[in-house]
Amino acid sequence: MAECEKITVQERLKDAAKSLGIPRLIIFGFLALLFVAALFLKLDIASLFSNVLTRLGMNGILVLAMVPTMQVGMGPNFGLPLGITCGLVAATLAIELNLVGWTAFVFALGVAIPLGGLAGYAYGLLLNKLKGEEMTVGTYFGFSIVSLMSIFWAMAPYKSPEMIWPYGGSGLRVTISLAGRYDKILDKFMSFSIGGIVIPTGLLLFFALCCFLMWVFMRTRTGIAMTVVGNNARFAESIGLNVNKNRLLGSTISGALGAVGIIIYSQSYGFLQLYQAPLFMAFFAVGSILIGGASINHALIRHVVIGTFLFQALLVTSLPVANLLVSENLSEVIRIIISNGIILYALSRKEQGGEAK
Amino acid sequence: MSDMKETPTIKEDFDLQKQLKNNAVPIMFVIICSIGCYYARLPWPFLINEIITRMARNSFLVISLIIPIIAGMGLNFGIVLGAMAAQFALIAVVLFELQGVAALLVTIILMLPMAIFFGWMTGALFNMTRGKEMITGIILSFFANGVYQLICLWVLGAIIPIKNPAVMLPSGVGLRNTINLKPLHYVLDRMFELQYGMIRIPVVTFLVILLLCVGMHFLLKTKLGQDFRAVGQSQHIAGVSGINVDKTRIIAIVLSTILAAMGQVIFLQNLGILTTYGSHVQVGTFAVAAILVGGASVSKATIPQALLGTLLFHTLFIVSPLAGKNLLGSPQVGEFFRVFIAYGVIGVALALHAWKGRGK
Amino acid sequence: MSQCILELRNIVKEYFGNRVLKGVSLRLNEGEIHALIGENGAGKSTLMNILFGMPVIHNTGGYEGEIFFQGNHVEIKTPHDAMESGIGMVHQEFMLLPGFTITENIKLNRETTRANVASQVFGPSMRSLDMPAMEADARAALDRLGLSLDETLKVAGLPVGYMQFVEIARELDKKTTKILVLDEPTAVLTESEADTLLTTMERLAKSGIAILFITHRLGEVMRVADNITVLRDGEWVASMPKSEASIEKLAELMVGRSLENVAHHRDLSGQGVDTFVEIRDLRVEMPGEEVRGIDLDIRKGEILGIGGLAGQGKIGIANGVMGHYASSGTVRKEGKEIPLNNTPVALAAGMAFVSEDRRGVGLLLDQSIELNIAVPAMQSQRQFLTGGSLGLTDNKSMRAHALDMIQKLDIRCTGPEQLTRRLSGGNQQKVCIAKALTLHPNLLFVSEPTRGIDIGAKKIVLDLLVKLNREWGVTVVVTSSELAELRSICDRIAIIYEGKVEGILAPDASDRDFGVLLAGGLKAAEKEAS
Repeated sequence: MAECEKITVQERLKDAAKSLGIPRLIIFGFLALLFVAALFLKLDIASLFSNVLTRLGMNGILVLAMVPTMQVGMGPNFGLPLGITCGLVAATLAIELNLVGWTAFVFALGVAIPLGGLAGYAYGLLLNKLKGEEMTVGTYFGFSIVSLMSIFWAMAPYKSPEMIWPYGGSGLRVTISLAGRYDKILDKFMSFSIGGIVIPTGLLLFFALCCFLMWVFMRTRTGIAMTVVGNNARFAESIGLNVNKNRLLGSTISGALGAVGIIIYSQSYGFLQLYQAPLFMAFFAVGSILIGGASINHALIRHVVIGTFLFQALLVTSLPVANLLVSENLSEVIRIIISNGIILYALSRKEQGGEAK
Repeated sequence: MSDMKETPTIKEDFDLQKQLKNNAVPIMFVIICSIGCYYARLPWPFLINEIITRMARNSFLVISLIIPIIAGMGLNFGIVLGAMAAQFALIAVVLFELQGVAALLVTIILMLPMAIFFGWMTGALFNMTRGKEMITGIILSFFANGVYQLICLWVLGAIIPIKNPAVMLPSGVGLRNTINLKPLHYVLDRMFELQYGMIRIPVVTFLVILLLCVGMHFLLKTKLGQDFRAVGQSQHIAGVSGINVDKTRIIAIVLSTILAAMGQVIFLQNLGILTTYGSHVQVGTFAVAAILVGGASVSKATIPQALLGTLLFHTLFIVSPLAGKNLLGSPQVGEFFRVFIAYGVIGVALALHAWKGRGK
Repeated sequence: MSQCILELRNIVKEYFGNRVLKGVSLRLNEGEIHALIGENGAGKSTLMNILFGMPVIHNTGGYEGEIFFQGNHVEIKTPHDAMESGIGMVHQEFMLLPGFTITENIKLNRETTRANVASQVFGPSMRSLDMPAMEADARAALDRLGLSLDETLKVAGLPVGYMQFVEIARELDKKTTKILVLDEPTAVLTESEADTLLTTMERLAKSGIAILFITHRLGEVMRVADNITVLRDGEWVASMPKSEASIEKLAELMVGRSLENVAHHRDLSGQGVDTFVEIRDLRVEMPGEEVRGIDLDIRKGEILGIGGLAGQGKIGIANGVMGHYASSGTVRKEGKEIPLNNTPVALAAGMAFVSEDRRGVGLLLDQSIELNIAVPAMQSQRQFLTGGSLGLTDNKSMRAHALDMIQKLDIRCTGPEQLTRRLSGGNQQKVCIAKALTLHPNLLFVSEPTRGIDIGAKKIVLDLLVKLNREWGVTVVVTSSELAELRSICDRIAIIYEGKVEGILAPDASDRDFGVLLAGGLKAAEKEAS
């Protein structure tokens, strides 16, 4: 042990800056700039903050769904719409059964988790045959599922008047209001406000709980096995791990989280969005976690939290600032540029550990 | 010793089963299209005219995908950038208030440098993300679409002042959702056309497509074409034998982008109207789906496959809403079905490619 | 006497202070077949890389010494220079495009082209291919080899032997080619294909082409070579005409080393030591290192060495037993059969493996030392876990164990949290060994323990293996390409040739005996030569 050198302070600082990364520094800087602009423009800072907090909890779980597939080496889960669709099915079932409040919410979650898990498992079986092409296939697989489900929504034999078109005909509406069902049920749970900032306590607690469970899971023997598989599949095989089984597990958990994620998202948003709405959700989730500092095959809980926060904060603050400055609604455009820009950046970087291949 | 001197012959007997298997995708789509045509109950002249129109409109875009496939870069989803170059050029031409053939020529002149630049950027990016070109292309097309929207919604007007109510939104910032391309409408299609009853054949457009096919055929038989094929098979071996791999790949993407831009001009001169924020979005997806339907794969594509694919895919496009309505009582379902087919075909093709690739 | 076409004088090459060529000289005459022989690591490949101007040479500071081509001093800086000088190289791995025809491959990037309208506007890359002319050239080159192969066939689907000929034809088609370098050309060929190749080589030599023939098959050398040069440890050892050579003499020259430390060697056979592990008819499908039916007994408490030249299958044995590559046969450990193709069972049976591919298989490069050491035992033996059935990692015990290993194996690091990527090769190897030891094995397979490690660390790693054997009672099976290191620590050494055990020798057996076994046995070699 005498040989072990001390890590110098300088090295630590360097490491810290490195782990934060240039893109995050830029985004933090940009965010600060926007914030200053917001102050000057006398925007309602408190409501901006409330907004960021809500959207953190609202989107966080969808971003969290990226962790298991990235850690196990399948890359970001571009097939997320699959899990999302399962969540939407669960949510519409709850309405169809005319459930209200917590019952509806818990029922939706209870159906969504096994359904999403099952779909994720099946998807994992497919991806196990397509190692190395998960992202490309996943993207179009996700798109296909969304359009296939659109046919389902257009033909589904639901009866609830809240969901079908008011003027009759078959099929569900494009957006279904959750008012009177479980609209904002988590957001309002134990919610309070300090200095005008509304804290959506239940929502944040739920997100924190999910993050904590994932954090604990990644530290169990199984979680470590998944990380090992993602780090180096040949190493994993050499110590007797079953690579395919671990990948299936990753895909299953991701599917279940996608299903839960959309229910949380919709209760906060107040509406279920069907048809083409889930089409691009995967990209925003992938963009978020990459902004948080993850790389294609390495993602941590802190990347989820930092990434979702940065991404949503950027959107929330840039929207009103942009509105005042350029009087155009550019938030969607900014969202597209940021999320896809960061994915391109991540793709163009040499994979760590690439030399092991 | 004697066994070595026997020349191995690779027999290529006609094998029906093998032929069916190799052409499973086009055959399946011929069947789907036939069913669709039957249930759509469209009058034949109308249907044929529609197919001809769409062949003239889309073939060029689909063919633009061939070179990158041969150069081993897979399906170039980045052709969306070529479409954007065309649209910028068209907007400029509308602003200049040019007419007819002059407008077309100026469009091409303006479009070329943009397409070359976009193609060069795309190619350089693909060289940075080697082995992940397709996912990069997909994401790049989304990213570029974001930037395009930023330019059209805000930069034009707010940064670059343009005062033309036919093009700009009433606020003066940002382009209108649709821009009338009247001066260019049918400039190629109606230059010379044959007409049989309801059926109109845009001869000049087809001549341009024919010229492209001949040119493409010629290109693949040149030194450059040989380099594309060599790089497509193995970048390593091509590099060792002295071919500049990176440059060849960039040239492949630049050519593809230029052709896509030209294809988009043909597409839009037929429509006569530019949907500013929508015309280009699906260009990549639909062209890729079409070439795959024709039987091409991620690593192999020919001109006949591109043409057949365009025919089948767009026939499906014409008939599916009506067939959906007549079969299932909802035109919307037919609409979703054709989108599903487009995405599904790409998904399956990519999956098959990955599956085969694993065997190596 | 024919003219000297190529002369290497006193070639010296250093890689990062490590001298891999120590003044090698060689003369190659027109129309001669000159065999260059030596063990792995003797410097054959480095010499060829210099001759062919490979970037790896010039990126690492170039070489010293002089090269004369037809009496003129030349500097070969790029493969292009080599080609200009008339040196053609046939690589060990084929540089052929499967989707191209034989013609297209022979003319790759040297296509015959015609001008056309487009080429006058856009430049030479638009010139049309002149396929008939290209085919005629290819035909001519194939004819020179005496091969009636159809030049319009695709390369995909050709037998391996033909691919080799296409490669040679490509070099011949370069009109300037006067020297042909063949690097282990018969390694992938069947016996009859190899035979044809040798005949063709003789034929080419008669037509005036000088051939530099790199090989370790002494039988082939004795059959076709006119002159022979032997390298060992980067040094020139001997050059002689074939008339003065014999297989035994060449084998001895190839292997010969001073044996200062064979001291550890024990003879365990007389002590009533039982067979610990019995391997019967083991076959392993490891590409490039195929095992084709090995029978081998491992004695309890010994250090068994497995040697052999590259590609003969020695590496495949441990990989097969541990289930890393598909294998068949039977393995019995202490009388109990261990099923193959099942890594978890192999680990549970008390066997552990330190892979030859340290960075590819042996380590999680982006994880800490402590996790690397603990993770195999955690996954297969549930060590380092707390929290009952939940199975949470126990960071405290992991840390304590890592510190213990760091101390015992003297792993030089900044601490147990350091990423293994940042360690030196020797310390990475120690982490791999620590990882294996954590499984508490009674049988340890170690493959290429000193590959890519500097000399100082080599000795430490080898001493460590002896210490494990003597003090911890672990039976050790060491696989290595370096015979000298096997001879310095092993009790017995098995030599593998063509996927089978060629013979087992004591470490103090003579150089000649080792050399003959490495080259495939005396009888086989003599048969080949006759």
